[in-house]
Amino acid sequence: METQFRFRADEPAGDPAVTVDSFGEQTNASAVRIEPGDDARVLLPFLDRLRLVEVNFPAYTDGRGYSAACILREAGYQGELRAVGDVLVDQLAYMRRCGFDSFAPEHPLNQADAEAAMARYPDVYTPTVDGRAPIWAKRHHSA
Amino acid sequence: MKILTGNDLKSGAVTWWDGQGWSLHVEDAVDVGEHGGDIAAREAAARRVVSPEIIDGTRDGDSVRPAHIKDRIRALGPTVRLDLSLKRADPAAGNWVI
Amino acid sequence: MYVYDEYDQQMVDARVADFRDQVRRRLDGSLAEDQFRPLRLMNGLYLQLHAYMLRVAVPYGTLSSAQMRMLGDIADKYDRGYGHFTTRQNIQYNWIKLEEAPDILADLASVGMHAIQTSGNCIRNTTSDQYAGAIADEIVDPRPYAELIRQWSTFHPEFSYLPRKFKMAVIASDTDRAAMRLHDIGIQLVRNAAGELGAAFYVGGGMGRTPMIAPCINAFVPIDQMITYSEACLRVYNRHGRRDNKYKARIKILVHELGKEEYTRQVEAEFAHLLTLNLEPPAAELERIKAQFADPAFVPGLPDTLDLSDPAFALWVKNNTHTHKQAGYVVVTISLKPTGGIPGDASADQIRLMADLAADYSFDELRVTHAQNIVLPHVRKDQLHALWQKLAAAGLGAANLDQIGDIIACPGLDYCSLANARSIPVAQKISERFAAKEEEIGELKLKISGCINACGHHHAGHIGILGVDRKGVENYQLLLGGCEGADTSLAQITGPGFDENGIVDAVERATDVYLANREGGERFLDTYRRLGMAPFKEAIYRKEPA
Repeated sequence: METQFRFRADEPAGDPAVTVDSFGEQTNASAVRIEPGDDARVLLPFLDRLRLVEVNFPAYTDGRGYSAACILREAGYQGELRAVGDVLVDQLAYMRRCGFDSFAPEHPLNQADAEAAMARYPDVYTPTVDGRAPIWAKRHHSA
Repeated sequence: MKILTGNDLKSGAVTWWDGQGWSLHVEDAVDVGEHGGDIAAREAAARRVVSPEIIDGTRDGDSVRPAHIKDRIRALGPTVRLDLSLKRADPAAGNWVI
Repeated sequence: MYVYDEYDQQMVDARVADFRDQVRRRLDGSLAEDQFRPLRLMNGLYLQLHAYMLRVAVPYGTLSSAQMRMLGDIADKYDRGYGHFTTRQNIQYNWIKLEEAPDILADLASVGMHAIQTSGNCIRNTTSDQYAGAIADEIVDPRPYAELIRQWSTFHPEFSYLPRKFKMAVIASDTDRAAMRLHDIGIQLVRNAAGELGAAFYVGGGMGRTPMIAPCINAFVPIDQMITYSEACLRVYNRHGRRDNKYKARIKILVHELGKEEYTRQVEAEFAHLLTLNLEPPAAELERIKAQFADPAFVPGLPDTLDLSDPAFALWVKNNTHTHKQAGYVVVTISLKPTGGIPGDASADQIRLMADLAADYSFDELRVTHAQNIVLPHVRKDQLHALWQKLAAAGLGAANLDQIGDIIACPGLDYCSLANARSIPVAQKISERFAAKEEEIGELKLKISGCINACGHHHAGHIGILGVDRKGVENYQLLLGGCEGADTSLAQITGPGFDENGIVDAVERATDVYLANREGGERFLDTYRRLGMAPFKEAIYRKEPA
């Protein structure tokens, strides 16, 4: 699947993503793909080796990938975090908030709809890994 | 007979395939035979129906009687608010459902 | 009560624009139905038996008279002149058009209301005690804490595609008026020995196909960690809740399958990690919200007596009012269960009347109860008779709170595409059969569900009725001995089911056993718990001589 949106300045990683299971055995792999049933925390010892983590969404209703993304970013992962698969316009904003910075939807998205969806909400109620000040911080100037 | 039923996408109203289009009245429903699936797919793709379903029914004089009570309630309206039903002038309409 | 600031208002306005765009894309074909469905569900819009149904959120059951008035106007403008108050303190409209739904949401937004996350596999409306802020037996008003949860859970990016729906309730009293232990997360606000406020977390309760009472997984989370602990509970559920089987996807199944100890261990580990991330709103935010739940300007020194010489008024006072924390005031429950009526339904005119009465008699405030009634929380005793007369004149004067006529019923097969049987006609028949006896019988919480999803909470009924489909014919199972509250218990089935007339007879036989055997001031539930199922079962299934 082609990456349709990417919010990073660096060059995309060239290596193909390996599975979580085989990642441990391949000491030179720098890209891994997480499936919904994988535990993202098994990657935590290897974060500085990783340039790309793909998180697969076989069905967009399966929200496990959001937690996987949050967990990786909370642990300090700074490489590319890409949502792949059944990714639709209406999930982009939440995915961004969970730390995804690139998107490879199975079916290309309408560019204008996607941009509008990502810009729709002026503020956020709860803090996440994206670092945006939640509304409670703005109310009390503790941003 | 096999009847094709669904809801109008925009209004949500219960509709019945009458052979050419979608009617609000179950008595207009036709037997779709083996073709229900194709019609349903085409009509849903054209956004003329949502949640189409093929159900069983029988001819009942001038009318059509869906086999399952749920579809008879869909055809009539809530039995506890017959004033909102499609047959609000008929005080015995609720009996048809059961 | 909580009033939106500019931030809250911008968020609901943005949501309206968002949904309007999603409807546009559905109608022009850019979104297919299976892509659109979860999105419209997250705005409370179901495709139901007769039309689209919209479920509007009433956060923790509290609303203002202006909001209530808008709910009445929406019923007239967009629906067929009535609304249905639900077992989660919300309101539903049954005849909605998809193309008008964005306009309805815009009208709601204009009074600080919405339908956000009232459906879908996300965190739903957080419910609370309908007497909050009005009674003496709470340690704090739970609603500011429910408001913190509302804001935290709204548009939560990590938890919007959960395995299944997620329902929370918050109480602050040992008297659980919100069925807290039958929620995915139930929170009871408590004080520790040092007098500090904390949250006791009960996780994994629920009704539906497999009813379970939530175990307490942490008896005291410091109040300034409540949101973080909730986040930990949700993350473990989002990661590990079952996704292979829709009927085993609630958190109660996860807690049951892992066991309380293992689930708790995982939550505590996640909690320790999340505590390092500064997720908790600051104390200043809680104080800001609490200030909006300060007591209204009660008039001190009002007469605390009532003229009960009118027997009809006296009966209504006895049954439908509750002691207020402030002398001279009383908490009023308006029954939406007139004899033979549709439980929880109110016409647009009735809704607007209740809004006006709240403005005139109750400091502009109303509550929706999970028993599908309406509360006016702060009524002066010296105005109570005048209020009652107006209620009675509008068909809102039924004096049957918590009696057999105060039936909780889901909409059932008359309205709901998930149902197997109609529930409302059964409710109406029971209501009529027992109208003359309900005072004699006393407290009896009867709950009817039209299918195993249990939206009528039949598992928690002193008498519960479950409608099933028996080879295409409606059939009704009778259950006895359920209870929500601190002594939560799940009702037990009596035996084979009945048809619509048979179930009403069966209920009468059960209440006859109670009346014949009750001791002291026992309620039906007490006599049942003392005697057990056997005498009831014997009477219910006894073949009468021809």
